[in-house]
Amino acid sequence: MNGIHLLELANDVVRKAVSAGASDAECTIGEGDEFSAEVRMREIESLKEAGSRGMGLRILVGQRTGSSYTSDLSGEGIERLVRSAFEIAEITTEDPFAGLPDAGELGSVEGDLKLYSTAIENLDPAHNIELAKQAEAAAFAADPRISNSDGASFDSGTSRHIFANSRGFSGEYRTSSCSLSASPVARDGDSMERDYWFSMARDPGGLQPAAEIGRIAAQRALRRLHPVKVDTQKVPVVFEPRTARSLLDSIFDAVHGMSIYRQESFLAGKLGERVAGENVTVIDDATLPGLFGTSPFDDEGVPSRRTPVIERGVLKSYLLNTYAARKLGMKTTGNASRGLAGNAGIGHGNFFLEAGVQTPDRIVAGISNGFFVTGLMGFGVNIVTGDYSRGATGMWIRNGELAFAVSEVTIAGNLRDMLLSVEAVGSDLEFSGAMAAPTLKIGEMTVGGK
Amino acid sequence: MRFADSIFAGRFGITARDLNRYLAEALSQGGDFADLYFEYLLTSSIGIDESIVKSASQGVSMGVGVRVIAGERTGYAYCDDLSPEKVLKAANVAAHIASGPSKIDKFNLNEGLRHNLYPVVTAPTETALSARVDLVKRADRAARAYDPRVFQVQAGYADNLRHVLVATSDGVLTMDCQPLARLSVTALARRDGETPQQGHSGGGGRVDLDFFLKDKPPEYFAREAAREAIAMLDAAEAPAGEMTVVLGPGWPGILLHEAVGHGLEADFNRKGVSAFSGRIGQKVASELCTVIDDGTILNRRGSLNVDDEGHPTQRNVLIENGVLRGYLQDKLSSTLMGAASTGSGRRESYAHIPMPRMTNTFMLAGQSDPDEIVRSVPKGLYCANFGGGQVDITNGNFVFSASESYLIEDGKITRPVRNATLIGNGPEALKYVSMVGHDLKLDEGVGTCGKAGQSVPVGLGIPTVKIDRMTVGGTA
Repeated sequence: MNGIHLLELANDVVRKAVSAGASDAECTIGEGDEFSAEVRMREIESLKEAGSRGMGLRILVGQRTGSSYTSDLSGEGIERLVRSAFEIAEITTEDPFAGLPDAGELGSVEGDLKLYSTAIENLDPAHNIELAKQAEAAAFAADPRISNSDGASFDSGTSRHIFANSRGFSGEYRTSSCSLSASPVARDGDSMERDYWFSMARDPGGLQPAAEIGRIAAQRALRRLHPVKVDTQKVPVVFEPRTARSLLDSIFDAVHGMSIYRQESFLAGKLGERVAGENVTVIDDATLPGLFGTSPFDDEGVPSRRTPVIERGVLKSYLLNTYAARKLGMKTTGNASRGLAGNAGIGHGNFFLEAGVQTPDRIVAGISNGFFVTGLMGFGVNIVTGDYSRGATGMWIRNGELAFAVSEVTIAGNLRDMLLSVEAVGSDLEFSGAMAAPTLKIGEMTVGGK
Repeated sequence: MRFADSIFAGRFGITARDLNRYLAEALSQGGDFADLYFEYLLTSSIGIDESIVKSASQGVSMGVGVRVIAGERTGYAYCDDLSPEKVLKAANVAAHIASGPSKIDKFNLNEGLRHNLYPVVTAPTETALSARVDLVKRADRAARAYDPRVFQVQAGYADNLRHVLVATSDGVLTMDCQPLARLSVTALARRDGETPQQGHSGGGGRVDLDFFLKDKPPEYFAREAAREAIAMLDAAEAPAGEMTVVLGPGWPGILLHEAVGHGLEADFNRKGVSAFSGRIGQKVASELCTVIDDGTILNRRGSLNVDDEGHPTQRNVLIENGVLRGYLQDKLSSTLMGAASTGSGRRESYAHIPMPRMTNTFMLAGQSDPDEIVRSVPKGLYCANFGGGQVDITNGNFVFSASESYLIEDGKITRPVRNATLIGNGPEALKYVSMVGHDLKLDEGVGTCGKAGQSVPVGLGIPTVKIDRMTVGGTA
C-alpha cells in the first residue's frame, strides 16, 4: 500500500466511526520494517528481516471512550475494528475531562526535521554484516583478555506514523534509524565481565566508526575486571553520561502529567519552586532536527515544541497531553504519546539536562573519595516518595583519580535531595537517544557494600 | 485440539499441504531445520482511575514467523498477512541464511499428544465485557473502603487468548490455545500532609473468569494493595550494608529467577558468557536448596502445554540439594550442545526468534517453621514483597527491589522500612541460605520476564528462607 493510500484509509476510518455514531474519533496507523544482523565469534549468528503494520481507533461517544486495534487492514478487519471500539464505549464511564484537543491546538511543525534518510533504503545486507564483524573484531584486537563475545549487531528500520482525527487533523511522517553495537566479554583469571557500546543514527553516515565502537566496548569491559565490593559509606557520587541519563528518566516520570494529577510524584504541586541545584536546567524539545525524540506533531495531532521543564533549579512545567492538561486546568505541552491501543499517554521529545562548563576529568579530579558510576541495575526508584536505591558498578575515585573497579554495591538516597545537591554538571552532553545528560556529580549518597 | 479444528485451518483455510510447501521453501537453500509459528492473538484491557473507567480497549493481531537454522546460524522473517504468497515470501527470505542445495523436501507432519494444563471452558476474552468491567469497579471500591487514608486507586484488568500453531521440518505439528488473565491494583495512601505511599497487588493465570469471581475476587487484591500502602506509611529509613535477610514466601522467589534462573539459560552457557558456564555438577547453593523450573503446573501464568517451538513443557531440576544439575534448553542450543530440549524455547510473538526462557521457577519446601526462622535472627531484614529485579549474567550480580520490608530485631518483625534494593552474586548468594521454611507458596500470577527485548509471562515461588549474608541498599 502506498503512502497516500494509508493516510486516506485513516481518514476513512475516522469518517466511518463518526457516521456510526461517534461524537469524535481518531485513527493511528503504524507501519514499519526492520533488518537485523547479529554476528558472534566472527560468524553470522542471525539475520532477521520483516515488515508489519497495525491500526488503532479511539472513539468518543459523548464523554465515554472506546478503543480498539487490529493488524488486519482488510475491509472486514476494519468493520470489526469499528464495531469493537463501540462495544468498548458501552462499558467505560462518562468522564467530563475526556476528549480530543481543540481544533485550534492541532497542527504540525513546518520544515525538514531530518527524520528520514533515503540512504537507509540502499543499505547492502552484506555491508551491514561486515560492519558488525568489524566492531567485534576491533574489540578482540583491543586486548588479549577480550577472548569471548556476546556478539555485535547491526540493526536498521524505517517506520511511518499516520494520524487523523475528526477535528480536521490529518498528517504523517516517516522515520529511519540504524544502530551498531558490540558486547565483548573480558576474562582474566576467575574474573569475567561484559560491557557494550553502541551508536545510533537516523542516517547510516551518522554512525560512529565500527572500530571505535568495538574499542570503547572492550575498554569498558576491561576496566570492570577484578572488581572490589567496598565498605558501606556515604560519599560523593559521579554519574557518567550513560548512567546520568537514567536520572533524566526519573525526572521525566516525576513531571509526567498523569502522575501529577494523581499526586503520585514527589514533584506534584511544586511548580515555581526550587527542586534542583541552580546549575540544573532540563529541557524537553521535540523539534531538534535529526534526533530520536523529534517529531512534527504528537500522538494527538498537536505540534511539537520546546518546553523548559526545570530552569536553573526551578520547576517550570510538567509534561502534558490534552487529558492531563484539562485535569490540571492547564494547556497541553504537545507530549501525547500512544501505541495503537488505549488512550494517549505522555511521552517525551528530546529530554535533556543542559551541559555545564566542567570537563568530566575536572569533576573527578576534585573528589578525594567517591564513586564513579558506569552501570546501574534494577528498578529501585519510587517516584511517589523519591526513594532511590539501585544496584551499581563503576570505579572508585581515590585522590581525584579512577582507582579500581567496584561492583555488587548499591547506591541510595532520595531524588528530592539528589537533585538539590547536584554539585557539578559536565560539559559532555551528547545525544545518542531521545534522552541525554552530561556527567553529573551528586554531593552525597549512601553506597551499600560490605 | 486437532489441526482441522484450529482457527488456522478453519478461518484462514491453511492446509497441511500449505505447511509442507512453506517448510520446503524455508529449506530450499539447504538449511538444516525450519519451523513456522502461526499466531492469532485477541487481547482486551480495562482500566479504572479515580473511580472512573477511563480506558478500555480490545484488539486482534496475527502473523507468522518463519525460522531457518543452518549450523549455528538462524534466519528469521515474519509477516502479518497469512496469505500463501506472503508466507512463501517470508520463508524465502529466511531460507537465505543457508546457501546450498535443498536437503529435505518432504515433511511428515504428525500431531503429537500433549497435556492440557489450562482446561478452560470459556476464555475470559470470550466472556461479556460487562462482567469483566465489574472486576475493576469492585477492586476500586474495596481498596477505598479499606481505610480512609487511601486517596487514589488504579486497577487494571487485562486478558488475552493466543492461538498458536507450530509446524517444524522435524515433523512436529502442534496447536495450542493459551488463555491468560491478570488483575492488578495500585493504592496510594497518605496521612495528613505527609508524603504518600504506594501499595501494589495483583494476580491471575491461565484461568477462566470464575477465578476472579470465586477463587481470588477483586476485593482480595484490592485489600492487599491498600494494606501495603497503609503499612508503608510508618516506614523508616532502610538499613545499608551486609546483613541477614529473611524472604517471605511467594513472590520473593524472584531471588531465584534473577540469582540462578537466567544464568542457567542454555544460550548464555553455550556461548560461555554466563557466571554458571561449565559449572554443572558443582555446588552453587547450600544443601537446603532445590530449585525447579516447571512449565506443567495447572493454570499457572508461566505454564504452557507446549513451548513456542512445539515441544511439550516439563519439570526441570536446576539445582538439587545445592548442586547445579541442568540448563534450560531450546531447539538451537540443545542441538549445538548435544542435549535434549527441556521445553524452554519461548518467544514473545511471531515477530520474535525463540530462546531459552523460564516458566514457573521455585524452590522446594524445607523443614523449618517460618516463625522459628524469624525468631532465629537477632538483627536483620524481613522482605514480604518485591518489585522487579535484574541480573548481569556474565559476572552473576543480581538485584531485586523490596517494596514491603521490615526490620527484624531480637527475633521479632518490628518497623517497616522504605523501598531498598538487595544485591548479591548468583553463584554465591544461595550458599548463605541457612534455613528453608515448610511454607512453599507460588506467586499470585503477575510476573513478566524480559530478555533481549522480549517479554513473556512467568511464575515464581519460594518458601520462607533465611539468607545469612546479603547486601541491602538502604540509607541508614
